[in-house]
Amino acid sequence: MPLNLILATRNLFYDRLRFVATMIGIVFSVVLVMVQMGLYLGFGQMVTTVIDHTSTDLWVMRHGTKCFEDPSLLSANKQTRVAAIAGVAETIPLVIGFSGWILPSGEITPVFVVGSDLQTLQPWNVTEGTVQALSAPGAVAVDRSYFERLGVSGIGSKANIRGHNVSVAAVTDGIRSFTTTPYIFSDLSHARTYIGIPSTMASYLLVKLRPGANLDDVRHELQASLPDSEVLTSAEFRERSRLYWLFGTGAGAALFAGAILGIIVGTVIVGQTLYSSTKDHLDEFATLRAMGSSRGYIYSVIIYQALLNAVIGFGLATLIGFAVVRLTMNGALPVLITPTLILAMLVLTMIMCVVSALAAIFRVLRVDPVMVFTR
Amino acid sequence: MNDPIIIAKDINKVLGSGAGQVHALKNVNLSLRGGEVTMLMGPSGSGKTTLLSVLGCMLAPTSGTVQVCGVASEGANAEQLAKLRREHIGFVFQTYHLFPTMSAVENVQLALDVRGLCGRIARAKAHDALEKVGLAHKLCSYPLELSGGEQQRVAIARAIVSDPSAILADEPTGALDGCNGQAIMSILATIAADSDRSVLVVTHDSRLTSFADRIIFIEDGRLVDEQVGNARAPKRRTAALAGH
Ligand SMILES: Nc1ncnc2c1ncn2[C@@H]1O[C@H](COP(=O)(O)OP(=O)(O)OP(=O)(O)O)[C@@H](O)[C@H]1O
Ligand SMILES: [Mg+2]
Repeated sequence: MPLNLILATRNLFYDRLRFVATMIGIVFSVVLVMVQMGLYLGFGQMVTTVIDHTSTDLWVMRHGTKCFEDPSLLSANKQTRVAAIAGVAETIPLVIGFSGWILPSGEITPVFVVGSDLQTLQPWNVTEGTVQALSAPGAVAVDRSYFERLGVSGIGSKANIRGHNVSVAAVTDGIRSFTTTPYIFSDLSHARTYIGIPSTMASYLLVKLRPGANLDDVRHELQASLPDSEVLTSAEFRERSRLYWLFGTGAGAALFAGAILGIIVGTVIVGQTLYSSTKDHLDEFATLRAMGSSRGYIYSVIIYQALLNAVIGFGLATLIGFAVVRLTMNGALPVLITPTLILAMLVLTMIMCVVSALAAIFRVLRVDPVMVFTR
Repeated sequence: MNDPIIIAKDINKVLGSGAGQVHALKNVNLSLRGGEVTMLMGPSGSGKTTLLSVLGCMLAPTSGTVQVCGVASEGANAEQLAKLRREHIGFVFQTYHLFPTMSAVENVQLALDVRGLCGRIARAKAHDALEKVGLAHKLCSYPLELSGGEQQRVAIARAIVSDPSAILADEPTGALDGCNGQAIMSILATIAADSDRSVLVVTHDSRLTSFADRIIFIEDGRLVDEQVGNARAPKRRTAALAGH
């Protein structure tokens, strides 16, 4: 181990209390930032989860549709126009919308109905029953996590949506909605009746291409023949939904504001402790300077201290971050910590600690080696 | 006689500003030669530390020139002065200034580390230096586990380990009892004699003059007198030459 790193380490651990204070500061700040960003990622993923599970090439939607949950409708007879375009293999209507789920007790709880052809978009993570069973009249799929809310106990449980009797034919695990309104999956025609959409309308038209068809060409032709609709790829629609929920609603901005607050608090705390540590060791820095050490060498000791703070604090914070991930895993809004986020957090923590070393460096810049004679 | 290692010409140094301004050094001319122990004596506040700082390139003189091993420090910035110190000068302080969190050998190694020398060679050199000051058995002790005399010997090892041309010591025995003071002075004298280094020692202790080749007296910022030190000097120098 290089000697300047040894010196930095010893200086750091010399004053245990200060070290603990520094660690609390860094861990607090890094966990705060990590959780905010993890929520951001988790939220970003959650708002597009249905889009992610829809196997289509293009989405046709009413012009100006903001997100997947947008209740805008388009006329389903466009389907014939779409089908006529070269390169289009299949056009599948998809309907979505809020409805009322009537519990046996007579209470009504809101649900979000999703209905399609049960192939292009089918409920995933089915743990009980089958997707095929959903084609039977009144068959719906619900998620296990909403059993209590919906007053059901599993396959065969009965309920009523807007006057239509339904029974649970498939149970999924982990299809949670960030709106906390339960998703109900059914086939297209039943979904229309549950939501109250006439059979001439649909929320989306899902367009699948023939093998070898050029996506851009088909898309342009579609767009030209449907001037009052929008044609987006899955990636574009995902991005539009994500941006809407994160920034159109201010939710993302709030998360970012929290993260920035965390960074500021962390920088100030680390800066403060590093500065006071440097002040306590000023004698030693003056001695180094008297011994002829370059400024760079002295900075290296301070920077090493900062980076040690960063690495140790980051390690502790990551452990706590993973605990948070476990705790929120099955919650309404899971915190998502990806490898990229971890790497970004490490870099951010290091930058934060090095920036916080600036005050200490400016202090040591003014150290006069002559002071070693008078102390 | 050996070539001068440090040459100071017409040094003036004004410290402080405004009403607190002090003319600490007045027209000081001095050269320090290799293999020689020079002792600087004078009353408190006479400018000894200031002169040592100027000679050691820690302070730039207000006027006059200092040359260290042929390099003039005139006009040098803080970084260039640090380089001069790094290349040519070792310091010993009254209060040792060891790093409390580092062991004896690490303290000595640090002087090599700031000069870019690290690893096994540095460790071996640090061992040698501590052996020279009689501390081979305390390599891994921390400053707080060492006596004052031992701490000062570590500081001397740290000053000599990088093989500087001059060692400047400001009251190195000031915090030690007579016996330890004698031991420290004897080490410094041996270093000067054995390696042709120039050693300047600031002291108040007239009992130590027996180790000096020259004794310079300073009063109120002026060099006022110079005496030749003890009679052992010629003998030591012959021994050093014979060693070549
Ligand atoms: N930073 C400073 N600002 C103003 N005056 C100073 C400063 N440092 C030292 N002096 C003054 O310069 C003069 C010489 O100081 P110096 O420290 O060189 O004396 P000294 O001979 O080493 O004394 P001592 O034996 O007490 O250590 C003293 O009058 C002192 O008060
Ligand atoms: Mg002094």
